Amino acid sequence: MSKLYTFLKYFFITFWTVFVVAPFLWAVSTSFKDFQSVNSKVTYIPWLDFEPTLEGWRVLIKSPAKGGVDIVEPYFNSIFVTCTASLISIVLGTLAAYALSRFTFKAGFVRNNDITFFFISQRIMPPIVLSIPFFIFLSTIGLLDSLLGLVVVYIVLLMPIAVWIMVDFFNRVPKELDETALIDGCNPYQAFYKVVLPNSIPGLIVAGMFCIIFGWIDFFFAFILTFTEVQLLPVKVVALNSSITPWWSLSASALVSVAPLIIVAFIVERYLSKGNLSGALK
Amino acid sequence: MNLIGEKISYKPDEQFHLNDVSFNFKKGNLYTILGRTLSGKTTLLKTIAGLLNPDQGSISFEEKDFIKIPVWERNVAMVYQQFINYPHLNVYQNITFPLEQRKLSPEQIKKDVDEALKTVGLVGFENRKIQELSGGQQQRVALARSLAKKAKILLLDEPLVNLDYKLREQLREEFKRIFSEGLSQDTILIYSTTDPQEVMELNGEVIVLDEGKVLQKGPAKEIFENPSNLKVAEISNDPPMNVLKGSKNSKNLNFENISLEIPKHFKNLQDKDYNFGIRASEIKLDENGEEFEIELAEISGSETLLHLKRGNSKIIALIEEVMNFKIHEKVKINFNANKFYAFGEDEKLVSSPYGGTNG
Repeated sequence: MSKLYTFLKYFFITFWTVFVVAPFLWAVSTSFKDFQSVNSKVTYIPWLDFEPTLEGWRVLIKSPAKGGVDIVEPYFNSIFVTCTASLISIVLGTLAAYALSRFTFKAGFVRNNDITFFFISQRIMPPIVLSIPFFIFLSTIGLLDSLLGLVVVYIVLLMPIAVWIMVDFFNRVPKELDETALIDGCNPYQAFYKVVLPNSIPGLIVAGMFCIIFGWIDFFFAFILTFTEVQLLPVKVVALNSSITPWWSLSASALVSVAPLIIVAFIVERYLSKGNLSGALK
Repeated sequence: MNLIGEKISYKPDEQFHLNDVSFNFKKGNLYTILGRTLSGKTTLLKTIAGLLNPDQGSISFEEKDFIKIPVWERNVAMVYQQFINYPHLNVYQNITFPLEQRKLSPEQIKKDVDEALKTVGLVGFENRKIQELSGGQQQRVALARSLAKKAKILLLDEPLVNLDYKLREQLREEFKRIFSEGLSQDTILIYSTTDPQEVMELNGEVIVLDEGKVLQKGPAKEIFENPSNLKVAEISNDPPMNVLKGSKNSKNLNFENISLEIPKHFKNLQDKDYNFGIRASEIKLDENGEEFEIELAEISGSETLLHLKRGNSKIIALIEEVMNFKIHEKVKINFNANKFYAFGEDEKLVSSPYGGTNG
């Protein structure tokens, strides 16, 4: 029984690993090919199956005037928009979540849970429903096709995630911890940043990671709300796909664009297991 | 100079959490608040700490209106029943936290913390993480933090309730020592508990609280000897005092077809119906006694608790040895009539073996 279980466990883990990793390896392999190697026959291993070339990668940093596609600027645009929007979302979302977790709000029939639901409900609607209002909104205030406009839109998209995760997290931090801080001479602000916040780092990391992922991979709004002035990475990568698909540079740019998420995931994974609150309440 | 509360009421929802509570706590004294779960003990302590604002009533301390002072300026200390410490700090930092908050000099902080660590017996644990400590040690850290502050009001909210039996006994002994040595004459110590034994051992002034109302105030001995009504008698005894509905006539005490000789202290009692109270420990197994049926037998440590039934009366007897009983078996018991209490039909104390009456 246990042997069968072990076998099945490793079988599925192996299967799943191959399933997940294979496309990446395929993309890595393809990024070093040229037109000839892609189109002639199926080839896998550089030097053995085909002669590798760096052309697919070189194109990415060449300016369009020299026949390149230049993803450097969209790359930094994406980093700027994602990081700024995530940071603001985390800061505002954490403050909102703390208030929702600790204080009781009453406005007519509206209670804390209703406000929390209001935040989450922003994510219930399909993005396409939001696209027209966002478009009209940004064009009215003159932020269409600008980095600032994208940051504003992404804050709307990312803050619900931050609020949602942090409300849940703060609800599990015992209220007595805040009270002890107050009794020990902290005013409410000090209690928040000296006691509650340092104990919420795992939650902040999770929320931050989700914000970064969702911000980074968004194609839809980046596509609709920008034209020529500003381009974000996902749009640029898809735009590579013209009449003749340049598989080599498409693979290279796809790899470059997932790289930050992989790095973030590896860093975060180490911190997630570290912190816990078990000492606060038994 | 005292901590005085007057007519404090707190009613956040349908029910009173505190109902017309008044107190006058003097410095250098130990006060225990005795009450069952949800009786308002924690609410009262939180109100004194300033975490809750009462709907009505006033609290003053050192002639100042306490309610107008925010929590963080009140200089109180509180130990919760949950072991609340700062999980992101180590033991030493946990204890220095309130002192640094008050911007004391580093030398003063070190002196106070070392003293507190010594008092609670945690010397050598300074650099441990809170998560690495046992429950009892965590509670000691919380206590050390409260002691190091040298607050004028020290609140302990059922500090032992979440500990296991053995640690509780041990820490209770230490508490008695800490309270007698470690506190200045300037401190008011308020200790809440559900456990009557703790109240008796700490031997301070007692306030019996039930459903937010003060039922009785007085020294521990007085509460034990002369509980002012049935409710207090139940709350202040563990197991709760047994109640037997019965009557007195000129010759006997009668309940459940049992007749007992009238004990001396009942001689002047009117002949009528009473609720008789008798502690579980005043009931003994006796071959010549009255027959009761066993409903349940609990063995705890070196004692056996017998839940007995006869007619409509259910009582608990405390047998001071471990014996095996079968459920539904009949046993014969005898009451120590000299320790009978008589409560009127309005549940007020009429006569006690220690001479107290309620009029």
